Amino acid sequence: MVAGLLIGGFYAAVSLGIGLIFGLLDIANIAQPAFVVLGAYMAYVMNDSFGLDPILSGLLFTPVFYVLGAVVYRVYYASFERRGEESLRGLVFFFGLLFIIEVSLSLKFGVDYRLVQTAYTSKSIDLGGVGIAFRYLVPCVVGVAMTLALHLFLGRTFYGRAIMAVSQDRLALRLMGANPVQIKTIAFGVGIAAASLGGALLISIAPVIPSTDRDYIGRMFAITVLGGMGSIGGTLVAAVILGVAESLMATFFGPSWSLAVSFGILLVVLAVRPAGLFGR
Amino acid sequence: MRRAGVPLLVGLVVVAAGIVLAVLRVNPYLYFAGCVILQYVVMATAWNILGGYAGYVNFGTPAFFAMGAYTAVFLIQSVRAPLPVLILAGGLVAALLGLGIGYLTLRLRGVFFSIATLALAVVLQTVIMNWEYVGGSRGMSVLRPSGPPFGSYVTFLFTVMVGLAVIAVLVARFIERSWIGRGLAALRDNEEAAECMGVPTLRLKLFATTVSGFLLGVAGAPFPYYVTFVEPNSAFALDYAVNALAMPMIGGTTSWVGPVIGAVLLGTAQQLATVTISSEMNLFIVGVVLVAFVVLAPEGILGLVRRLRGR
Repeated sequence: MVAGLLIGGFYAAVSLGIGLIFGLLDIANIAQPAFVVLGAYMAYVMNDSFGLDPILSGLLFTPVFYVLGAVVYRVYYASFERRGEESLRGLVFFFGLLFIIEVSLSLKFGVDYRLVQTAYTSKSIDLGGVGIAFRYLVPCVVGVAMTLALHLFLGRTFYGRAIMAVSQDRLALRLMGANPVQIKTIAFGVGIAAASLGGALLISIAPVIPSTDRDYIGRMFAITVLGGMGSIGGTLVAAVILGVAESLMATFFGPSWSLAVSFGILLVVLAVRPAGLFGR
Repeated sequence: MRRAGVPLLVGLVVVAAGIVLAVLRVNPYLYFAGCVILQYVVMATAWNILGGYAGYVNFGTPAFFAMGAYTAVFLIQSVRAPLPVLILAGGLVAALLGLGIGYLTLRLRGVFFSIATLALAVVLQTVIMNWEYVGGSRGMSVLRPSGPPFGSYVTFLFTVMVGLAVIAVLVARFIERSWIGRGLAALRDNEEAAECMGVPTLRLKLFATTVSGFLLGVAGAPFPYYVTFVEPNSAFALDYAVNALAMPMIGGTTSWVGPVIGAVLLGTAQQLATVTISSEMNLFIVGVVLVAFVVLAPEGILGLVRRLRGR
């Protein structure tokens, strides 16, 4: 139960990027999990060659990922959005991108499991009889902090407000003299940058292989849709719900069922309440 | 008629070549590779009925394919049913799944439909992994029945696959040319407008998910016999999802010829890459080619040909 709560915080960290890109910009970036795994491998490389803490390297790589995201969005914009055929071919584009990233990683690193050991991974604290492993606590704290930061960014800063505006009414924004493409580029970049940090957390929680991204496609979309498109707070709540549901499932039915939980929740939510819990 | 004549002729030549290949005795690996390519022809054609004609991008191809394969495993395990029964049963189970998914996702369009189908594949995979009777997560080896009607079992399977591919392509061609195809195209272009014009969009959508599901199941049913070992990770491989949509995208999604061209080209390239480089490399190729095509030539090879002819 407690583990589920903590994992929920971590899931929030992984899903924030997609919450931003899919929820607010309406771009179905199905390659997001691949970017997360890419972030995980970057953290692994930095740790392996310089002994850098994964979270620190995750932070260091955010600018790189930001630029990467901006480039991807520009290509996406020029090829699909401008022609007004974004939904289907754009989806296929990201699906292809997912495979390119995944296979590149497995060509480079092979299919062995990689893990980063940090000073705190094996430690735990005891809270009223419940042992809490730092391995889960730290990612959870970072996840909550990221949610808060993104929430503040969207609500308080100029660009954040512009992103909120672009998700609501592009035409009005253009009439007011702002450039929606530029704003969406920024938002997309921020979303991918979040994947860098999410990936760093991912590899400090559990071993990663290139195809780990497939497990997270369902989780990330389930969390975003369950939380309600475009609701950053909803993402955190949905992530915690999913984390708890998965750990309960793993306890009562065995770990092999836990992956089906997120997808099952996703299917039910899509069928029953497509707007999610905190939908607009 | 003249325009339809050329592709039809090409189709006949392919079939004839298939039969000749089956009669001649060449390296058995070629038959295996041929089976895989033909399987992709069926899958790409099936995917295209829903994805190309109706505009619903299905990421759940592995679910339907594996339903076909696992229905076959179940029937082999329980009653040792003959191949035609396996194919029919696999198709029917996958068709039911298609119908179910059609109902479940009635309200979902575009992106949400795609994600729901992806979710379906993973849920089903988990169920199969926990179902010991069909091998669970460890998988199960399948013995081929002895004494095929002619030739060796591999050549027999190859001929069956040729037949299935031809049937799938004919079905797709029939749908495309009939009012159903026009209805689906209307649905693809603008669902609301189509509904307003009196197109029965709901029934057409269910029809497309069912037929597409049926053919994907049919593609999966012979799978246990030519790989002789079925396990969830290979039957539910996401590779099928990317392949099934990459092939029509590369060939061209608006016509029945597109998926066939894409499947033959990409399938052959993959088989060559698997032999000469590695199986990971061939997925890489698929990814790059797919992205290149959707960005640079959204109408696929057919679109390129049309553009060249137009000038």
